[in-house]
Amino acid sequence: MEAIERRNMIAKRYIVAIGLNHKTAPVEVRERLAFSGEDTPKVLKAMCRDACVDEIALFSTCNRVEFLLATRDASKAVEAVKDFMAEFKSTPRQTFEQALYVYHGDEAVRHIFRVAASLDSMVVGEPQILGQIKDSYLQACDYQTCGVVLNRLMHRSFSVAKRVRTETGIGDHAVSISYAAVELGRKIFGELEGKAVLLLGAGEMAELAVEHLANNRAQPIFVANRTFERGLELAEKFRGTAIRFDEVREYLKRVDIVISSTGAPKYVLVRDDFKGLMRARKNRPLFFIDIAVPRDIDPEINRIDNVYVYDIDDLKSAIQENIDERQHEALRGERLVDAAVIQFRRWFQGLDVVPTIVGLRDKMEEIRKKELKKTFGSLSSVSEEDRAAIDRLTASLVNKILHHPTVFLKNSGYKDEKSLYIDLTRRLFNLDESDEHEPEPKG
Amino acid sequence: MSLLFALTIACYIASSLGYQGYILFQKRPIYRVANILLWLGFLCHTVVMGMQYIKTGHVPVQNLHETLSTFGWAVVGVFLVLQLKYHLMVLGALVAPLATLCVIIASMLPGPPVEMAPVFRGLWLTLHVGTLIVGNAAFAIACFAGILYLIQERAIKDKRRGFFFRRLPSLKLLDSMGYASLVVGFPMLTFGVITGVIYAQMIRPGQFWAWNPKEILGGITWLVYAVLLHERLAVGWQGRRAAIMTIVGFVILLLTFFLFFQG
Repeated sequence: MEAIERRNMIAKRYIVAIGLNHKTAPVEVRERLAFSGEDTPKVLKAMCRDACVDEIALFSTCNRVEFLLATRDASKAVEAVKDFMAEFKSTPRQTFEQALYVYHGDEAVRHIFRVAASLDSMVVGEPQILGQIKDSYLQACDYQTCGVVLNRLMHRSFSVAKRVRTETGIGDHAVSISYAAVELGRKIFGELEGKAVLLLGAGEMAELAVEHLANNRAQPIFVANRTFERGLELAEKFRGTAIRFDEVREYLKRVDIVISSTGAPKYVLVRDDFKGLMRARKNRPLFFIDIAVPRDIDPEINRIDNVYVYDIDDLKSAIQENIDERQHEALRGERLVDAAVIQFRRWFQGLDVVPTIVGLRDKMEEIRKKELKKTFGSLSSVSEEDRAAIDRLTASLVNKILHHPTVFLKNSGYKDEKSLYIDLTRRLFNLDESDEHEPEPKG
Repeated sequence: MSLLFALTIACYIASSLGYQGYILFQKRPIYRVANILLWLGFLCHTVVMGMQYIKTGHVPVQNLHETLSTFGWAVVGVFLVLQLKYHLMVLGALVAPLATLCVIIASMLPGPPVEMAPVFRGLWLTLHVGTLIVGNAAFAIACFAGILYLIQERAIKDKRRGFFFRRLPSLKLLDSMGYASLVVGFPMLTFGVITGVIYAQMIRPGQFWAWNPKEILGGITWLVYAVLLHERLAVGWQGRRAAIMTIVGFVILLLTFFLFFQG
């Protein structure tokens, strides 16, 4: 193996991942180094000009910056990336060098698989990361900075991510306040469609929750605010109706879900407000989501039949349980990733020239032997000498046919071309029979 | 015990295990298998009952053995029909074991007894017991839905999101299932009571209602369900109170049921 590697040093490709994320870098560093959508083409083009960079892709989100490279000289490429970041962002290297991680080979492959599968995310299992990576990859495709290696790597990472998502429960449980509210709402109402929502007060989290409910077709939406103008504004945003704050009690008869987030120092609704209310509602369930601190809804109200009150801590603890659950599922995801890394390694190693040529010859030889055996089996009258002659004939046929392809593979151009031809050869002659169809170990 | 009846029991047992497995592991294929097994058991059971009917010439509700078996059949039947609309998968984990219990106990009780007095064979009696059994089956399912409702409601109120919270369906679905079972069961119960009164009058002419404990208890059962249904329709009773009432109603119903076979 060593010898083969040395012989192909010039052509041998390495996969390197360099980056930083929420675990290694504080937000001040991340925001300084983040690349915007407009930056990306410039980065890709500039980096591609570097002699030791054969293929490159760049992913930049609010939680991470990742460079993914295929290179012939890993250490040079790493230096080049660091220099480039320092220059492009006009930030001295020492401010971010500490935060950078560098992965080589299998580790780099594993890293990108884990990132795509959301195993490396701040909120494990969050679904956005895959979309972001796909977008970045498409951008790299537009600028043709990805070649055989990265194309394959990226497509593998998409399918790994998909498997992890469908085969483990990593994305099953709500891990944000608004998701938790929707999940709870579903447990109470079954369907959220047509459930009336009332927003008391305003606030980012409350508005997010309303938006999320509306996305699940909860409607109509009412907004009550101390200042009616602000209420009107919000109502317009959700295509709802603004009501006056003193109408709230009246509207409690109509709505099903109340999201409360006022700045009031005392409870906005107390148990006494519910006298006769449930009867007027014909006992239809009423669900309060109290995001305000100090709380708006008297927790005593939770004791009324068919009324459910969840405050911010209740929702948070619900989320924590789900986060724990996801961590548990993530372990299963890691196993799927491990299997995919091994599979990818097999393909990647196959990209070397020598194994490909050997594989090609073996394949031909195998076919030759098989066919000879078949022919000799049906020809009983052939003498030993004739047999030897036929054997030589077929051997020389194979040699002649393979001669030019072998020379071509050994001498063909550099950079991306070589991998391309090798990959093509392997596919043309189906040298990786087991690769695509082999059943992967079940997690 | 016939082979077919044994097969019925086997299917019910396997289906019960399947439903429990579904609750535990939350894998849909397990549910599908359990459901198919329940259908299979139900078909076998139906054939068994049909054969009994042909052999004896009366609907198999003459003694505890037959009645329990018929009750198990009716519970499964009502459940399967309601299931077509509500898809309340976890309920099978209660219904299938109940049916299993019924058929197993039935299989251990003495079989069809000696010839009965012709008076017990009348059309009215058959109608009376037959409708009551289907009604009881519906109420059993309402009771189960009520139990599940109370468990889920507790989980949501106490903010404990454990084993049951994840596995049980929404309160709305449990409540609707309870209500639907009630709507199926109540007309059956009413019809059963009416035919019972007519039948009683036939065996003891001139007296519709005898005020004996059985009849009083039967009347109370009917009243409980009548009030529950009325409150649901008129006042919009739903949720916890309705669920508790459904369970209480079923307990009284069970008492009545066994009292009838005692005397």
